[in-house]
Amino acid sequence: MKRLPYVAFVLWFLLLAAVPFIASNYFVKIATFLAMYAALALSWNFIGGYTGYPSFATAAFFGLGAYTGALLQNAGMWVGLAWACAAIVVTVFAALIGFAILRMRGHYFAIGSIALVEALMLVASIAADLTGGGEGLNVKIMPGGPNYIGRVFLYTMLGIMLAAFITTVLVDRGRLGFGLRCIQQNEDAADMVGIDTRRYKTAAFALSAVFCGAIGAAYASWVAYISPTDSFSILLTLKVPVMVLLGGPGTVLGPIVGSAAFVMMEETIWARYLDYHQAVLGLVIVLLIFFLPGGLLRIFTRRRVAA
Amino acid sequence: MDYGQVVANGLMIGAVYACIAVGFSLVWGVLNVINMMHGSFIMLGGYLTFFAWLHLKVSPIVSVVPVAVILFVLGYLIQYLMINRVVTQPVLTTLTLTFGLDMILYNFMNLWFTATPRRVALDLGRLDLGGVVLPLDRVVAMILALVLTGLLYAVMRTSRIGRAIVAVRMDRDAAALMGIRVNQVYAITFGIGALMAGACGALVAVVFPITTSVTGLFLGKAFVICVIGGLGSVPGALVGGLALGLIEAFAGFWFSPQTAILTGFLIMLVLLVVRPTGLVGRRGYE
Repeated sequence: MKRLPYVAFVLWFLLLAAVPFIASNYFVKIATFLAMYAALALSWNFIGGYTGYPSFATAAFFGLGAYTGALLQNAGMWVGLAWACAAIVVTVFAALIGFAILRMRGHYFAIGSIALVEALMLVASIAADLTGGGEGLNVKIMPGGPNYIGRVFLYTMLGIMLAAFITTVLVDRGRLGFGLRCIQQNEDAADMVGIDTRRYKTAAFALSAVFCGAIGAAYASWVAYISPTDSFSILLTLKVPVMVLLGGPGTVLGPIVGSAAFVMMEETIWARYLDYHQAVLGLVIVLLIFFLPGGLLRIFTRRRVAA
Repeated sequence: MDYGQVVANGLMIGAVYACIAVGFSLVWGVLNVINMMHGSFIMLGGYLTFFAWLHLKVSPIVSVVPVAVILFVLGYLIQYLMINRVVTQPVLTTLTLTFGLDMILYNFMNLWFTATPRRVALDLGRLDLGGVVLPLDRVVAMILALVLTGLLYAVMRTSRIGRAIVAVRMDRDAAALMGIRVNQVYAITFGIGALMAGACGALVAVVFPITTSVTGLFLGKAFVICVIGGLGSVPGALVGGLALGLIEAFAGFWFSPQTAILTGFLIMLVLLVVRPTGLVGRRGYE
């Protein structure tokens, strides 16, 4: 039973990787989104799931990565290198910011992380000379035709998802994961027994940023156009935690299950009700909070205990 | 434009800001819930005022009362039926819940009212004080904002329900032991928060164009003011509101309106790190 999450992940990974060979470009796009959101959810899980800090900074990392990657690429840098640089820039940014704002707890941290998204969005709008301001920024379109490009980005996102998953497994089994769980349960006690809480929290925050930065940069190259409101989207910053809550926070497989369930719901149910898109998403959130505390995975574990 | 005018503008807007933040701060301080619906409540109040003015020719100064009552009932029901069920859970749960509820409210407001900016044009003229020009509609909004904030302060200090709210804020368990029905107090507190937001919406409709797309902007201002002034006290919200009004007026005067908003967020982030209790400190609704 302990191996179940890994088997499930490998099957899911192989299924997504096989999509270009068995289905149309529409499904390739959905598979790319599935991988992208899974990686974002896995990232958030470090700080929000394991550490229990209500971070709403996902869009800040994503957007910063998108702009860094786009600007470097437009300056002539090779695409892959631009993505890697974006990931590094975002990680350093997260470590520096985290060192300051992780002193706050609970509500203050939540507000601070939302303010981070808003502040970066305003910076991107104001620095129009560099970022194009509210008009947005065009990124070079990759040569090779839609089929080829679709595959490149699917495998890029899958690669990032795989990296995020492996990191999660390592953290989950290692000393860092143990420390983060201690912080989640009782930060003062964790501090008392000798866990360097500040270092651990900063590490979790930086881990939650690195893949978001890479994804943001890859996304910018994929859609070839970014704007402040798209990149630093408040909706994205909420969607990702909701996905993790839907799957099961603080678990290895939860973010994968949650993001898969969420993206499929988005594609099948509420893509048909465009006018009520946000309301339906809101309703899903409300139902989730009331009827699924602990996420989808909890249902199965509960049953197992009962049996 | 000289500095006297900038200060006057800052103070006029600042009083409205204080009124915006005071309900948000009350809910956060007493319930420990960050109400992401606050911006939408303000806009809902603004729309109700606007339509009352447009179709029924009711002046905003009059319609502020029924609007506030409607919002109180809405807030009371939302807290009583929904948020009370999860109110003791971690911030992630309550914040996500109010965020989800806000998306529903926002969606329907967008459909019903559309995003067209609307404004109650009172055209009251202007007051000239030796070079400093004060548009009278803004002066009216400022005075009403100060009156509302003062009223809330008086209610908190003198009324039975006000004392009960303060008691619950200080110690929920002890208050329950004293016979205070905590869930009831929570619902009333949330209702008051919505009431203040709705009343502010009526004032905002006089000063700014109202449109659904600015709900996030007002919510952001409530965050900033709460952090600048300190949480859960009426004087704190007043100081924070006036401070933000002045900060934005000067930043807008020297740089640009967008930089003014950014300045607010940056000051808030710095304050969160340096002095999370705010300038006035954590004193409670005494």
